[in-house]
Amino acid sequence: MKIELEVNGQPRTAEVSPWARLLDVLREDLRLTGTKEGCGEGECGACSVLLDGEVVNACIVAAGQCHGRRVVTVEGLARGEVLHAVQRALVACGGAQCGICTPGIAVCAAHVIDRKLLAGKPVAEARAAVRELLAGNICRCTGYQLIVDAVLVAVDEVGDS
Amino acid sequence: MTPETAYTRPRDLAEALAVRAAQPSWMVLAGGTDLMVSAIHKRVPAGILDLWRLPGVGAITEGAGGGLVIGAGATWLEIGRDARVAKAWSPLALAAREIGALQIQARGTLGGNIGTSSPVGDSLPALLALDAEIEVASVRGRRRVPYAAWCTGYRTTALAADELIVAAHLPPLAAGTHLAWRKVGTRRAQSISKVMGAAAMRVECGVVTDARIALGAVADRPIRIAAVEQAVRGLARAAAAEAARAAMRGAIRPIDDVRSSASYRDLVAENLVARFFSGMI
Ligand SMILES: Cc1cc2nc3c(=O)[nH]c(=O)nc-3n(C[C@H](O)[C@H](O)[C@H](O)COP(=O)(O)OP(=O)(O)OC[C@H]3O[C@@H](n4cnc5c(N)ncnc54)[C@H](O)[C@@H]3O)c2cc1C
Ligand code: FES
Ligand code: FES
Repeated sequence: MKIELEVNGQPRTAEVSPWARLLDVLREDLRLTGTKEGCGEGECGACSVLLDGEVVNACIVAAGQCHGRRVVTVEGLARGEVLHAVQRALVACGGAQCGICTPGIAVCAAHVIDRKLLAGKPVAEARAAVRELLAGNICRCTGYQLIVDAVLVAVDEVGDS
Repeated sequence: MTPETAYTRPRDLAEALAVRAAQPSWMVLAGGTDLMVSAIHKRVPAGILDLWRLPGVGAITEGAGGGLVIGAGATWLEIGRDARVAKAWSPLALAAREIGALQIQARGTLGGNIGTSSPVGDSLPALLALDAEIEVASVRGRRRVPYAAWCTGYRTTALAADELIVAAHLPPLAAGTHLAWRKVGTRRAQSISKVMGAAAMRVECGVVTDARIALGAVADRPIRIAAVEQAVRGLARAAAAEAARAAMRGAIRPIDDVRSSASYRDLVAENLVARFFSGMI
């Protein structure tokens, strides 16, 4: 079937099976290879993208269901040459090692920051809250500490969340 | 070449039911967090009936006589954030917040959990303890099934080939009903339950007068523990905790798998149920 969807603000079309995974539509049909595949089972979050404003795992979303929807991938986080605050913080804090989990972490963390999901959390609980909000993003390299640092740095920079 | 999978996104429930009746072999797809797992290794479906965001079946609304009706299409994020669910039917809110992580909660629906009815489906013991009824619809009409009669075995349900799940009806709870829910897994977030359970305990003048105790991951399906429910009636809470512990022995035959041994699950389930009554959960 032909699906029409908005990806990173641009209207796109693809001729795909409705049973294809959104992950493959993005990577193979639309050549947006920033989104990674880890497990293909919804467990690891490497394929995290925003679908209609919610963070989802693109490996377990059917292409047919994306017709008429809005998708934001890691390629869509930056504004022109300016990276999203959390992308800059991940670089500054050393929050990426092999990098396989990083696009998914960036998308999920950007969502947490942009939607102010930490709003109202006392500073003492913010670290635990970030860990819980990012629980669906598995990283085999960093031990998470530097990722959580980066998210908190970005929260501080963006302010009031 | 294999023929392409057909795809329909109905505009409303009536259209969905007509497609369901005409194409009973098509996959009924909601959030896909069960059905799409390892999709590339699965058999390609002949057709997809897409229920995601189907108008009219996703809302959480007040029902007759102070109850609550949760549409099958409501996601775990929506259920976990609903103030009414949190206040009066807390086991379901707590289950919603511990199902998977953000990505799963954004897509996973109540209808999907009920449709799969796996022994580790986290909302299911809550539905049992809250005495929920599942409402299904077909072109033939509507009917309601208590969750206790819904799950008929390991991942099998009372859903007929032409039916769709429409909602779960939660009746109001009697005054003095204490609610509890607890999931035991390998870690706090995004883990499959080793044992989980929910309780609705009516306590009048310090005495337990009625109790519904439900556990998951201890049998081929989510179950109520009748032996405990009978043993605690008429006892003060502390005594009820001890009676519950005694009644648990031999009451369940937990599964033994890679996640946990049967004897571990036995012990955890016993502690869980005793703590529901002692008020430690
Ligand atoms: C990484 C990961 C973690 C998970 N963690 C948990 C967890 O902690 N606890 C838990 O309980 N589950 C968990 N799950 C399982 C899953 O997320 C839930 O069961 C979820 O509620 C399924 O909802 P869905 O809308 O995605 O279902 P789908 O996959 O779309 O459908 C599931 C089944 O229900 C049927 N169905 C759906 N809606 C209807 C309807 N309206 N009428 C008739 N049939 C219907 C479908 O045909 C299918 O058989 C997890 C899954 C993943 C991938
Ligand atoms: S690749 Fe999608 S969650 Fe792991
Ligand atoms: S940096 Fe390697 S998996 Fe996270």
